[in-house]
Amino acid sequence: MSTVAEKRGFLAVLWDYLTTVDHKKIAILYLVSGGFFFLVGGIEAMLIRIQLAIPDNDFVSAGLYNELLTMHGTTMIFLAAMPLLFAFMNAVVPLQIGARDVAFPFLNSLGFWLFFFGGIFLNLSWFLGGAPDAGWTSYASLSLASPGHGIDFYVLGLQISGAGTLIAGINFLVTIINMRAPGMTYMRMPLFTWSTFVASALILFAFPPLTVGLFLMLFDRMFGANFFDVTMGGNTIIWEHLFWIFGHPEVYILILPAFGIFSDIISTFSKKRLFGYAAMVFATVLIGFLGFMVWAHHMFTTGLGPTANAIFAVATMAIAVPTGVKIFNWLLTMWGGSIRFTTPMLYAVAFIPSFVAGGVTGVMLASAAADYQYHDSYFVVAHFHYVIIGGVVLGLLAGTHFYWPKMFGTMLNETLGKITFWLFLIGFHGTFFIQHFLGLMGMPRRIWKFLPNQGLDLFNMISTVGAFFMALAVIVLLYNVVITQIKNVRVGNDPWGDGRTLEWAIPSPPPYYNFKQLPLVRGLDPLWIEKMEGRKEMTPAEPLGDIHMPNNSFIPFVMSLGLFIAAFGAMYQVDWRASDGADYVWSIPVLIIGMLITIGSMAVRSLKDDHGYHIHKEELMDDHDDKGGRE
Amino acid sequence: MAHESTSANPKVNYEYRRRKARDEMRGQVTSFAMMIFMTFIAFIIVIADFDKFYAFPVLLVLAGAQVVLQLYYFMHMSHKGHGTAALFLYSGALIAFVTILTFLTIVWW
Amino acid sequence: MDMNQKYTARTWPESPEKTTLEGKNKFLGFWLFLGGETVLFASLFATYLALKDKVPGNDHALAADMFELPLVFIMTMLLLTSSLTSVYAMYHMKNHNYQKMQTWLLITVFLGLAFLGFEIYEFNHYVHEFHHTFTSSAFGSAFYTLVGFHGAHVVVGLGWFTLLLVRNGKRGLNLYNAPKFFTASLYWHFIDVVWVFIFTVVYLMGMVG
Repeated sequence: MSTVAEKRGFLAVLWDYLTTVDHKKIAILYLVSGGFFFLVGGIEAMLIRIQLAIPDNDFVSAGLYNELLTMHGTTMIFLAAMPLLFAFMNAVVPLQIGARDVAFPFLNSLGFWLFFFGGIFLNLSWFLGGAPDAGWTSYASLSLASPGHGIDFYVLGLQISGAGTLIAGINFLVTIINMRAPGMTYMRMPLFTWSTFVASALILFAFPPLTVGLFLMLFDRMFGANFFDVTMGGNTIIWEHLFWIFGHPEVYILILPAFGIFSDIISTFSKKRLFGYAAMVFATVLIGFLGFMVWAHHMFTTGLGPTANAIFAVATMAIAVPTGVKIFNWLLTMWGGSIRFTTPMLYAVAFIPSFVAGGVTGVMLASAAADYQYHDSYFVVAHFHYVIIGGVVLGLLAGTHFYWPKMFGTMLNETLGKITFWLFLIGFHGTFFIQHFLGLMGMPRRIWKFLPNQGLDLFNMISTVGAFFMALAVIVLLYNVVITQIKNVRVGNDPWGDGRTLEWAIPSPPPYYNFKQLPLVRGLDPLWIEKMEGRKEMTPAEPLGDIHMPNNSFIPFVMSLGLFIAAFGAMYQVDWRASDGADYVWSIPVLIIGMLITIGSMAVRSLKDDHGYHIHKEELMDDHDDKGGRE
Repeated sequence: MAHESTSANPKVNYEYRRRKARDEMRGQVTSFAMMIFMTFIAFIIVIADFDKFYAFPVLLVLAGAQVVLQLYYFMHMSHKGHGTAALFLYSGALIAFVTILTFLTIVWW
Repeated sequence: MDMNQKYTARTWPESPEKTTLEGKNKFLGFWLFLGGETVLFASLFATYLALKDKVPGNDHALAADMFELPLVFIMTMLLLTSSLTSVYAMYHMKNHNYQKMQTWLLITVFLGLAFLGFEIYEFNHYVHEFHHTFTSSAFGSAFYTLVGFHGAHVVVGLGWFTLLLVRNGKRGLNLYNAPKFFTASLYWHFIDVVWVFIFTVVYLMGMVG
């Protein structure tokens, strides 16, 4: 990729990425910006652990600590984990179902830029008077009392990036429903596609409550509404419900695609068809459904009453059943398989016990009566980091190694990959296993410092040392990426040698039209079927013909930029009104200009026909597969 | 560009389609009349000042019936090829129901 | 395939909104979006129901004090009728009768504008007669947010219809713009569905108690 880039000139490449509607390039955009935010969130985590390394530490101030923990959570969930998953979904799902493109290439690009500008807006808070400091849940009673603009950055930034996420979700749903290749029935879709499908459905239904919650918060903080102001008849519990109606499905939005990545990796490197495929699909759908019915388990101590607590406790425990089905299916896929311990497979194997540990503490927390004891302690912190790091982050790291060749056409170094894996795994368990005991010993979460000689000193130090191992692992991974791209050793269609699904049937990286001829899918693991019958590639389902492609567009970038600008106006008009119009006179004009940019670019999009273009079959015949390359 | 309805005799096909569309339009006008009628009843119930334990369920049933007419006749959900749309709309409606139920029962201070 | 290919009533496909792949995708994607909108409005309804009549003092007007049935009835009739007129427009779209489709859509737009006019009058009335404002109480915030979100949807729907009518004023129907007209009319019906719940839950049930 770099050699071609040098030839084309930096500006040309930049413009190409700013205007691209190609899902494979959008995947790279998601990977790079999600990776950037992952580093930012990681640095925030390191600062938190340094502060808590020794008792009574003064490394950061109490206020800054609150900002760090808020931004760590918010960044990691919204700006790192989800975009990184979107990177793999974009890169792989259209290929896995044998599609030339996603259903809405323009909206795909718009979704990315909305996420990107929302993320940038949120992080600009560090430089413009202070970051949000009410926790990633931003409970209304705390956030209404928070001075300055921190919470406003949170509300507006998440509103913008949330819109992008919703768009991305709809795009994946329609792509998977409408764009499957001939023969690719629902029950032949790879598990990563299935889990993307269910996660996208969760996005579709979970993000609107967040949108509403954020609007209510926005109106309360910026336009004088009283939704959460108890003295005016408001009710702060409304925020908690809306947030968790979104927030709990969000956890499944993150974990299900990770399950999908692991399912594909485990069957690939066990050289076996996934055990219990139908049960896996059913479990995925069931987890998605149950994920919506359990949100109040985050609110057991709010005082919902014993009936509500009991209902939500039972529903929560029920999720352990489909999850257990999945765990056993992964184990039985490996059972009797011819296992190769490549880096992705190592992550997959380590994921199973790590995630089970997080699941078990989850069932403990689901018991409403016992939850009064665990609530707001480090036990909870340990639990959700076991689920999110042990599940999602291990899945993302596995996916990075597994899909890197498909996305970039080069293979990450396996030795360095294994070093990353061991450093990360040791660091992860070192950091968080001990936190279960810190919690049970009574250490509350979200505290800035703790006193010496209360039995917390040693365990906190161990936890911090573990965090440094994880940081080291990430540095090794970055080094691996850099040297891999410098060496630039190109790989073929199926670099792992055991690819089972359609993405391994085409060059790495795929040509921009993906499939010269749409493949004919004859069963689950279509490429594997062809391989077993002695063929090297898929049988085409159609004769060579012209391919219709969408045009690049700069409009998504401008549309998102408009909202980004308008958000500043919306935020500073509060100060403008507070100062009786003396200061911040620019705020309302900026709000209007921003909205005009967005609405204007929507109008341009609507008024200007965009029929795309055709690649003629003569060009396709000249284009030999072995070149690969998306340029 | 394949046409969906290719009969051997395009003229017959065309006239058949026109007639079908007209019949459907008649059904839509009927459902509009029913919606207006139901709206009248709903307003009359409120004007007549019934007790709310009788009024609320009737009002909600009338609203539900109107929405079904709107979805199935005006938005053509009765046509073929709306299975996925219906699945997602009903999933949304289920979550909507649970959300509203929650806010009516366990948000109380 | 030529997107601008000219059609006659006889060559026009039976489901023009779903004939092309773009149309199919648009059609399904829009239905999914409506599924999400259902949850969006449910969250707003839930918030309204939790905050209904929650005011800081005895001197604040409550739902039953303010709402007037005749006004709501007129607004309901306007929106219901506009739903029927947009059905007429789609009937003519499917028959490839472009001029009649334009006429009916234009009538829909005018009915929508009339609805908006009444809504603005209504809000203005509450603010000046009852001092019931966005900031006066939690009830006020919830009421204006729920009904206002619906009103904003009406504005977007009107803008959408207008833009489509202007853009395609002289081009006639083709398979590129047919799905656009169709999804815009779906959106308009959905706005009516939401209004059915608003007049039932907010106004009628609010009047009963």
